[in-house]
Amino acid sequence: MFLPRQIRRKGDRVRLNLDAHEQALLRELLDELEPLLAEPDDPSLRRLFPPAYSDEPSDDQYRSLVRDQLVRGRARSLATIRDTLGNDEIDLEQADEWLRALNDLRLVLGTRLEVTEDLDYESIDLDTPRGRDLAVYGYLAWLQEQLVDALQPASGR
Amino acid sequence: MSTLIAPAEVELEQPSPDEAWQEERPWVVIVWNDPINLMSYVTLVFQKLFGYSLQQATKLMLQVHNEGKAVVSSGNREKSELDVSRLHAHGLWATMQQD
Repeated sequence: MFLPRQIRRKGDRVRLNLDAHEQALLRELLDELEPLLAEPDDPSLRRLFPPAYSDEPSDDQYRSLVRDQLVRGRARSLATIRDTLGNDEIDLEQADEWLRALNDLRLVLGTRLEVTEDLDYESIDLDTPRGRDLAVYGYLAWLQEQLVDALQPASGR
Repeated sequence: MSTLIAPAEVELEQPSPDEAWQEERPWVVIVWNDPINLMSYVTLVFQKLFGYSLQQATKLMLQVHNEGKAVVSSGNREKSELDVSRLHAHGLWATMQQD
């Protein structure tokens, strides 16, 4: 089955074409993740704030230095998606925020679902809550692939 | 040259050769394989953060994917910490250690 691209590069802009359902879904995911950022120690956020060092004192020091900055950057990316969801196009900076925010949404969802590299989308059972969550996870990956394509340095020339 | 000056005091002020070597050893930044990040996304992040060509970035990404990890940059502690934090901002699983 071929699905039309929702995101494509046009010069130094990126065109968006998300229907009302997609916008509502993304808004729902943002509503869930945004308040969680206030609790960066939540287990489902562990992939957003991984350790830098294997020894604890060094890692504690690293966290105290960068944690706030990472949280602020993530909040800004999520806010960019929320603000531009219904736009026909966004600029490249906004597209970069979109890319990172979509990745964060997938990291949190994927951590909760404990996905593995063997995830087989064909065997997803949409009649179960897990199956529906995996379908959302797959949708986000599909959207993110299109953004990666649009942002490849070779694109748009 | 006098031999009356106690050499022990001088020695105390200097790091042992072992510690000095420890300080100078370069740090490496390692990206680990994970089941969530898309291969195309990881490649793009390597291009963007380190200025690698598409070909170099793809090779590194494949190394992460196939071997479980790859060294993506190296340098002093400050630079490596900055590189790790930029990778973390992009959601990649990066750590640093002395080579």
